[in-house]
Amino acid sequence: MSASSPATVRHGSKPAWALVVHQFRYDLRSFLRNRQGRFFTLALPILFLVIFCSVFGNGTVRVPGGRIKESTYYVPGLVALGIISASFVNLVISVTTQRESGILKRRRATPVPAWVLIAGRSLTAVVTAIAIAVVLVAIGGVAYGAHLPGRTIPAIIVAVVLGSVTFCLLGYALASVIGSADSAQPMTQAVMLPLYFISGVFVPSDIIPKWLTNVASVFPVRHLSQALLTAFNPHTTGSGFAWHDILILGIWGIGGLVVAIRRFGWEPKET
Amino acid sequence: MAYGEFEAVRGIDLEVQRGEVFAFLGPNGAGKTTTLEVMEGYRKRSGGEVSVLGVDPEHAGSDWRERIGVVLQESDVEPELTVRECLQLYGGYYRTPRPVEDTIALAGLSEKADTRGARLSGGQRRRLDVALALIGDPELVFLDEPTTGFDPLARRAAWDVIAGLQALGKTIFLTTHYMEEAEHLADRICVIAAGEIVAEGTPQTLGGRDSARSEISFTLPAGVDAGALPPAVAAVISDRQGRRLVLESHEPLEILGALSAWAREHGHALADIDVHRPTLEDTYLKLTERPQ
Repeated sequence: MSASSPATVRHGSKPAWALVVHQFRYDLRSFLRNRQGRFFTLALPILFLVIFCSVFGNGTVRVPGGRIKESTYYVPGLVALGIISASFVNLVISVTTQRESGILKRRRATPVPAWVLIAGRSLTAVVTAIAIAVVLVAIGGVAYGAHLPGRTIPAIIVAVVLGSVTFCLLGYALASVIGSADSAQPMTQAVMLPLYFISGVFVPSDIIPKWLTNVASVFPVRHLSQALLTAFNPHTTGSGFAWHDILILGIWGIGGLVVAIRRFGWEPKET
Repeated sequence: MAYGEFEAVRGIDLEVQRGEVFAFLGPNGAGKTTTLEVMEGYRKRSGGEVSVLGVDPEHAGSDWRERIGVVLQESDVEPELTVRECLQLYGGYYRTPRPVEDTIALAGLSEKADTRGARLSGGQRRRLDVALALIGDPELVFLDEPTTGFDPLARRAAWDVIAGLQALGKTIFLTTHYMEEAEHLADRICVIAAGEIVAEGTPQTLGGRDSARSEISFTLPAGVDAGALPPAVAAVISDRQGRRLVLESHEPLEILGALSAWAREHGHALADIDVHRPTLEDTYLKLTERPQ
């Protein structure tokens, strides 16, 4: 071989970022054509928003700084759910399925670097998460009169992107320990459903007992929804960055990255 | 070469020439796929030397992967992408891919170019597998049981594709369970059993097939004893089942001459006479026989 080290190997005239975009385009197309993925990732968060706002829409929830409308409360929580659906649930299912069916193994026989495949798939999740966030905010604001933030938009963007990346990394970590495509869906739901309840996504956090909130505070779901709630809360002063929550999310992301690097495999797990 | 605790193959020593179709045969569990995966760079080996296109696959990078194509024994196609999109995706991984439409045509998928992977039949999926292995315009193609599960018509079509690859100057490393496939396609055949090479040669010479004895069998006419046969014929009787005799000889024509002269003289028709040269399958079965 020539003296070129792996870091300098280029793909023809294509720079590495173009290869990531190439992968992203086809991953996104695959995602949009998958009925199950579309339903769980795009339709379900909207359905939840409609249901929760219709059922509790006129009440208020106590949050730091005062009380806010239920609809204002549910928008950030369901944005968190949408981010997690796009980045974690959908990614775990699709990556596990692709690994078990040999698709990832075949891709690894080509010159494409592993990190390009991961980055392309993660970019699909981040873009989907941003889209679902925009849709939820729009529906919440227009249909249910949820408070629309202005000044805190940068904080929201940071929370959406950081949350999405964190849950992608956690998704690769979970996919690395799941043995079959069939168990991917129940596994992700078994992990996430209880966390949604105790983290204040489904139930207003002012009625959740303190000890349950303490349990939830260990896990990243609550910190994502809190970071978003801080930015959406009309009583928030300043730019709306919840640094404490952002820090803990980042720690979870790094933890996921470490597990994924150590454990993630490209070939079907031998039975 | 071994992985885990189990030594899958040992003492495998083989060389494949550029431009050759090399068939790697052996029973299930003989170590074919392991050997292939070592050469494809998927598996680390515990010992020995492997050089593929001048590079050790264990340490090969993307430059080397530009030059190989792989059809895995089991791999699904991308279910949500059409044949064309799938080839566009994979083509994008390479510096100098083959033209997409060309490759679709080569694999015989032109009519299915806009069909999604999930809606392809088994044979069409396998052809897409082959197309994906070719999209990078590789010098060397690994095919792990490319036609398993094909109907005879689809198998013939696949053979045409593989023969076409050879015409393009590609080197092909093939594993298969089908002797006709090896015989039809391969320039050279290597048989492994229980992790060791048991024979190597061209389809015509494998396992001494070209110098193997021919078998002549017939049923003795009623009332005729084997002792009545001419001495040259009686001397080569190798097996006897009731009145059915089996003769084995390197010079079947001599034996047949003596036998037919005798039969004509005594008015026996010997209507069920059968002359049989060992097929590749006979040779293969003899080579891979497991000790009971």
